[in-house]
Amino acid sequence: MQPHLSRRAVLSAAGLTAAPALLAACGTDPAGPESDTPQTGGTLRAAFAGGGADETLDPHRVNLFADAARAKAVFDKLADLGTDMAAVPRLAESWEPGADLASWTVTLREATFHDGSPVSAADVLYSYRRIADPEGTFRARQDLAPIDLDASTAVDDRTVQFVLHHPLAEFPNTLAAFGAYIVPEGTDDFAAPIGSGPFTFAAFEPGRSFAADRYDAYWDGPALLDRLEIVVADEESARVNALLGGQVEYAHDLSATTARANEDNDAVALVASPGSNMLGFAMKTDRAPFDDPRVRQAMFLLCDREQLVESVLSGRGRIGNDLFGLGFEHYADAIPQRERDVAAAQALLAEAGAADLSIVLDTADVGSGFTEAAQIFAEQLREGGLGVEINERNADTYWSEVLTEGQIASYRSGAMPIASHISQRLLTDSPTNITQWHDAAFDDLYLQLQSTADETARQALYDQIQQRLHDEGGYLVWGFADWIVGTAGNVRGVEQAPANTLDWARFDKVWLA
Amino acid sequence: MLAYAARRAGLGAVQVLAVAVLAFALVELLPGDAAVALAGDQPDPEAIERIRTAMHLDEPALQRLADWIAGLLTGDLGASLTSGRPVADILANALEPTLVLAGLTLVLLLPLAIGLGVAAARHQGRWPDRLITTATVGLYSVPEFALAVLLVSAFAIGLAWLPPTAVGVPSLLAEPAVLVLPLLVLLARPICSIARLVRAGMIEALDSEYVAHVRRAGVPERRVVLAHALPNALSPATAQIARTADWLLGGVIVVESVFVIPGLGTALVDAVNARDLPVVQGIAVVFGVTTVLVNLAADLVAFRLAPRLEIAR
Repeated sequence: MQPHLSRRAVLSAAGLTAAPALLAACGTDPAGPESDTPQTGGTLRAAFAGGGADETLDPHRVNLFADAARAKAVFDKLADLGTDMAAVPRLAESWEPGADLASWTVTLREATFHDGSPVSAADVLYSYRRIADPEGTFRARQDLAPIDLDASTAVDDRTVQFVLHHPLAEFPNTLAAFGAYIVPEGTDDFAAPIGSGPFTFAAFEPGRSFAADRYDAYWDGPALLDRLEIVVADEESARVNALLGGQVEYAHDLSATTARANEDNDAVALVASPGSNMLGFAMKTDRAPFDDPRVRQAMFLLCDREQLVESVLSGRGRIGNDLFGLGFEHYADAIPQRERDVAAAQALLAEAGAADLSIVLDTADVGSGFTEAAQIFAEQLREGGLGVEINERNADTYWSEVLTEGQIASYRSGAMPIASHISQRLLTDSPTNITQWHDAAFDDLYLQLQSTADETARQALYDQIQQRLHDEGGYLVWGFADWIVGTAGNVRGVEQAPANTLDWARFDKVWLA
Repeated sequence: MLAYAARRAGLGAVQVLAVAVLAFALVELLPGDAAVALAGDQPDPEAIERIRTAMHLDEPALQRLADWIAGLLTGDLGASLTSGRPVADILANALEPTLVLAGLTLVLLLPLAIGLGVAAARHQGRWPDRLITTATVGLYSVPEFALAVLLVSAFAIGLAWLPPTAVGVPSLLAEPAVLVLPLLVLLARPICSIARLVRAGMIEALDSEYVAHVRRAGVPERRVVLAHALPNALSPATAQIARTADWLLGGVIVVESVFVIPGLGTALVDAVNARDLPVVQGIAVVFGVTTVLVNLAADLVAFRLAPRLEIAR
């Protein structure tokens, strides 16, 4: 096994992630005294925004946070992402690459589904083949695309031999892909789902509520709660009211404004996870005016990041350095922070013959603070002499439209490994290449990274790629918003973790004091 | 009257179909379709295309509309594009909370509004009238969302007397406490508008020739008010009561979202956001049917109350 892999395995075995480092960096109080001994029992009710009557328990169809929270209560993935986005083994006990990094042997843990049957290699292959079905519309299909599932085999009941289409040094990330849950072989009906997760399914009403009970034989130790209920409240104000009124003990995804209003309220504890939500603007590098790197650099230099974090996030966030993944594994933190420099920006614009440039900034109300950030950024650009028109688009179709249309668009991203960010958004054939970054040399660099087994050599490639993006990429990353969860005063064990990572919504570790 | 009702019902069916077709056209006019909405912030064009094919969205719009109407004629409302659940199921689930709220609101609304209107009219110009008039004008000017937020922060969060939302409640009737605040919000404005109409109608009726006549004939005042003046006074208010019933049966989205009540309003907003056409059309049919029925009932009631009036066609 390779050094970095064993490190991960050790960390995970000790129940640790990189959370302590982030904890120190965060200004909010953790959820109460940690000295209390965990207690068993009780029901936790958690409020999430939901998807109405169309919600499903099919774990391969997860889309919303509520879906993901329900899926991880009932099911497991082979791996999950730690707080720094490093893959942590879950149903996989260990993984071992072949010499060329194009095949990986995954050994499964001894775990059982809720009906008592063991989790086997056949279940893994069935689940992955279901997701990857070319006729299907499962979201994780794209993530599993590097695996040649026809050539992959079950060596024995607890060993899977994955054959890849090309070398993939970061293959464990694939095992942690969003929605890549392991279901029992043959399952296609999830009305009463059976998984291997910490809770067994009890009841589900789409768009309203979900309940699950502790699974005593859970491989990672039984959950502390007797029962978990996930209830749906779409409006943030309703989730807060339900928490304040004692109707729920956990309210997911609260705004910075709510957090500020309840800072001194002893009845609730706020758990803020730094760096969870990247916020920025995506410039199209394949068309005027942003096909000229100097114009992109001028935009970087005109941005007042502190002002944006202060006014849009009420200070609950950190400034960005035009790179994705602040605080994550492989992030290039040696690159100096970019500061606002209006004079330098104007010089670059003059050099590019774009001194009196006029641009159209696309935005939509698709996330909290989205349109506000666009307004403030537009004002900052105007201070540099640019003309800016804000084009507010339809929220339901915004992402699909700005993928190909417009010049510059408000952008955000949830947490994912930096390698996934590159492969999904920055390669010539990436499915969601919103900056239209097409560069053969860059593609080669990424392939080289994925073919490099040595960790030091690979980190050097990561640094090189990020330096290039920092110098002239299309993503202007101005900040990272905290991810804020509210809990009742007696809730313990809610970790600071970016959404959709292992410790996020990890209700098997939560307990009631 | 039966023939009249039948004719109105027939006309209503045509209206309902027209509403559904219009809803289809309007959603088609919105940018993007269900595949785009489902893809959200992962707008991988290939995936969108696959979803589109799986949902049969690649078929021409007219073909899909024709299929849907053909289904409707056989009583089949179709299935949700997003989840594949039968639209009838989704509607039944969303109708229940809406019917409970609308029914209870109407049951409380009618005696309260009529009582207040009559009381004000009988004391016209004196302090009960002035109190009721001032209160109704004042309350009427408070929008639902403001009243909802105010009531929640005062009675649910501040005083902790009542639950702030209906989150996670399996059925509204199982936990009646969650109904109190939504009912207050729903009652506030209709009470004002209907009480004022009843008051005006009552003042006019009490002033009329026929009331003067029954009074001269020595009929007791109580009977004069309730049996002679009130039916006439109510008929101008029936149209407003019908409008209120229609509004309530449509699922009042503001109240539903503040109090987390998964009724028809929420279902419609979800369906439009997801561009889930079969569900939007199913809800349009429900809205059309309730509007037609409520108005028909109102006209029949108005006719019963004051038979000398010609029924408006």
